[in-house]
Amino acid sequence: MRAPSQSDIAAGEVLLAVENVSLSFGGVHAIRDVSFDIRKGEIRAIIGPNGAGKTSMLNVINGFYTPQRGKITFRGQTRSKMRPHDAAAGGIARTFQNVALFRGMSALDNIMAGRTLRMKRGLFWQMLRFGPAMKEEVEHRLRAEEIIDFLHIEHIRKVQVGRLPYGLQKRVELARALAMEPDLLLLDEPMAGMNLEEKEDMSRFILDVNQHFGTTIALIEHDMGVVMDLSDRVVVLDYGRKIADGTPEDVKQDQAVIDAYLGVAH
Amino acid sequence: MANKAAAEANTFPKLLIHNARVRGDKPALRHKDLGIWQIWTWSQVLEEVRAFSAGLESMGIKRGDKIAIIGANKPRLYWAICAAQALGAVPVPLYADSVADEMAYVLEHAEVTVAVAENQEQVDKILSISERVPKLTHLIYDEPRGLLDYDHSRLTWINDVIKAGRERLEDPAMRERWEKTVAEGKGGDLAIILYTSGTTGRPKGVMLTQDNVLISARNGNLFDHLGENEEVIAYLPIAWVGDHIFSFAQSYVAGFCVNCPESGETVVEDRREVGTTYAFAPPRVYENLLTLTMVRMEDAGPLMRGMFNFFIGHARKWGEKILNKEKVPLGARLIYWLGEILVYGPLKNRYGLSRIRVGYTAGEAIGPEIFKFYRSLGINLKQLYGSTEASVYITAQPDGEIYADTVGKPNIGVEVKVDDNGEVMFRSPGVFLGYYKDPEKTAETKTPDGWVKSGDAGFFDPKTGHLKIIDRAKDVGRLNDGTLLAPKYIENKLKFYPNIKEAVAYGDKRDFVAVMLNIDLVAVGSWAERNNVVYGSYQELANHPRVYEMIEKHVDEVNRSLVEEGPMAGAQIKRFLILPKELDADDGELTRTQKVRRGFIAERYNSLVNGLYDGSKEADIRTEVTFEDGRKGVIAARVKIVDMKTVPVPNAMGKAA
Repeated sequence: MRAPSQSDIAAGEVLLAVENVSLSFGGVHAIRDVSFDIRKGEIRAIIGPNGAGKTSMLNVINGFYTPQRGKITFRGQTRSKMRPHDAAAGGIARTFQNVALFRGMSALDNIMAGRTLRMKRGLFWQMLRFGPAMKEEVEHRLRAEEIIDFLHIEHIRKVQVGRLPYGLQKRVELARALAMEPDLLLLDEPMAGMNLEEKEDMSRFILDVNQHFGTTIALIEHDMGVVMDLSDRVVVLDYGRKIADGTPEDVKQDQAVIDAYLGVAH
Repeated sequence: MANKAAAEANTFPKLLIHNARVRGDKPALRHKDLGIWQIWTWSQVLEEVRAFSAGLESMGIKRGDKIAIIGANKPRLYWAICAAQALGAVPVPLYADSVADEMAYVLEHAEVTVAVAENQEQVDKILSISERVPKLTHLIYDEPRGLLDYDHSRLTWINDVIKAGRERLEDPAMRERWEKTVAEGKGGDLAIILYTSGTTGRPKGVMLTQDNVLISARNGNLFDHLGENEEVIAYLPIAWVGDHIFSFAQSYVAGFCVNCPESGETVVEDRREVGTTYAFAPPRVYENLLTLTMVRMEDAGPLMRGMFNFFIGHARKWGEKILNKEKVPLGARLIYWLGEILVYGPLKNRYGLSRIRVGYTAGEAIGPEIFKFYRSLGINLKQLYGSTEASVYITAQPDGEIYADTVGKPNIGVEVKVDDNGEVMFRSPGVFLGYYKDPEKTAETKTPDGWVKSGDAGFFDPKTGHLKIIDRAKDVGRLNDGTLLAPKYIENKLKFYPNIKEAVAYGDKRDFVAVMLNIDLVAVGSWAERNNVVYGSYQELANHPRVYEMIEKHVDEVNRSLVEEGPMAGAQIKRFLILPKELDADDGELTRTQKVRRGFIAERYNSLVNGLYDGSKEADIRTEVTFEDGRKGVIAARVKIVDMKTVPVPNAMGKAA
């Protein structure tokens, strides 16, 4: 599978669209009337200053939060709210801003956990680990190993995740999300807290995932340099509103974006 | 009978065919991939190599062509060596971690026409210099990841080459032709060109013939009684002569199995799974393993630590004697036996050395403490002295004749002598043909009657008959007062402390000896953690007053031991400093085999060297560093210089006598 070119994306099929979504917690308006779409095969970045509503937006897409108003269309199916298990079953995987792994389990087991939805045999068979269940386990393990190879984490395969440095934990989390073979991958600040080298590695992996598996990726990121290099299109939020949407070049020159990031005199 | 047939096989492709016939079902190669050891038997390897070779032929490769091989220890890259040789072409392995510029030089100098690269990283490097190497017309890659979108007009996936070869071989005439080409190979044919990284100047291409490599490998096997049941792990750079002999040549000659690890980071784990019986590593590997063990033991519980210290202490006392089959009291044997169950066994299992029969260290001097540590655990670690120009083997320690400070006796078929200037010279069937396209350098190194100047100063120890190496011949110098100075000897003494990673000693034509040091970040970092020393960067840690105090103690101990040893007592260290940056091969400060380039470092850190000799208490340095992606940055620092009190020489016994 190959990553589509810029022109493919412009004309591309819409994988997920949010329309006029608003979300508030009591009197706090986290998201106000935001609409945008994510097209198949692209890397779509959601950026904005602190508190702009980026993670809330991701949580709405993921079904973690229920918006008060608005619609979400995923693969042609429109609903007013998404539920996390529908999202997962529908092919949406995600990683978290603060790594959310099973800390007591090995990297491999964490990744295998990502395969749970794809297991066909029931709990009974799985417990027996025999016959068809064993065969299935082997297939899943193969997929998990391919991802381990892909992300270069062979050396920590059997290491307890809690003992790993932060950068590697982030990589294991990405591996678990990939193990779901998602159509849409949501990454919440994949490079937060990383050093330059780790950031470069992670960028490489994100591009490779997009190219190799053809996975559509939506990512939130603070590091502007990374965003501009990686993404095909960028949507910018500020105080819950969408203030810009377009290619990195367009967004960079948008006055509203510059004001939001640098501040303006009132 | 089989041996006679093997003896008639005078090239590696012929040996492969022989092995496939004699031990076709025995594993020849394993590679851990996707978490599972994949196995190829000798007949399968033959089948792959033959197809690969035919594929190369269909790309126009013919006798005498040069094929570059760049990457880590992967099965297909090893097959590329034999596949090229089968056609009479010459493989030229390159160091995978060399930067594009170094690669361009070798590719151009060797007139390489086809390169086999492991992955995107290597392909990118070659593409970036492609206009400098017009003769290089085709690239073959092993790992397709990330390369799908590249222009494939000059780029081919290795599997496609093998497939094309397989189809070509379906025609019996082609098969016959391939076999004929192999049969035409002679022992005197050029087998491989290995570029030595060299401590000075451009790398030189050492040409080795089939006979050189093959006879050396056979003699090496004889020396250590290696048979077809050995297991080795291939993890050292394939461009290094050591890896070529140990992971390729000796395996083909003896028929034993080579294991390719999953990745560079999994070597220890993979070695443990395989249970290697024959191992080879530069001292650095053993040092790292020991440092890691010691650091972990510091963090272990008191019971574990106590047990470890007790039994390691016991092994220090008796272990070597037991290994050397000397007389040992029953009580000591019993405690050692208990230690084997509780500490030594589990430790050896961790290192992946449970089944080890012969282990070598070579390339540089190993610290006597480290050497003795491994031997006391019952690991038959030995020292070897070799060079690329000798197809590795010059001298090695025979079983049972192990001394920490010698490199052993001449190997089978090797003659060694020390010339009038103290330089070691050797002659053997493994002696190289010459440097590629450099008859001048060849003539400087190799005499018409086949003796090669090793460039090392050494002498035969009268007590043991073993060779001792003290330094590079050209590096041995004298202080202004005439005292003999072997800088490496002093550097090695310093490096034997786990806290000191690298040392550079100066003193030739100067009034006294001064050194610049690198701290070991793992050991000193762990020490800092335990002692609540706070630091933000390598530079800060290196400049910490308490680190200086600790290092000062080490330097003082080195001075004391120099005095004890007599002849070098005048070469004590008077001043030292700790460098604010780790010496790095990417900056040209170390060779690719991690040896310090003293002259280059002196130029680069000129202001520091001046500071060492003009008596100042501090010196400033600004220097450029190269990051792995090729970008450059600047390090600026003010470095403290410490004066040492020298140990008084006990009323010069030498002079009195």
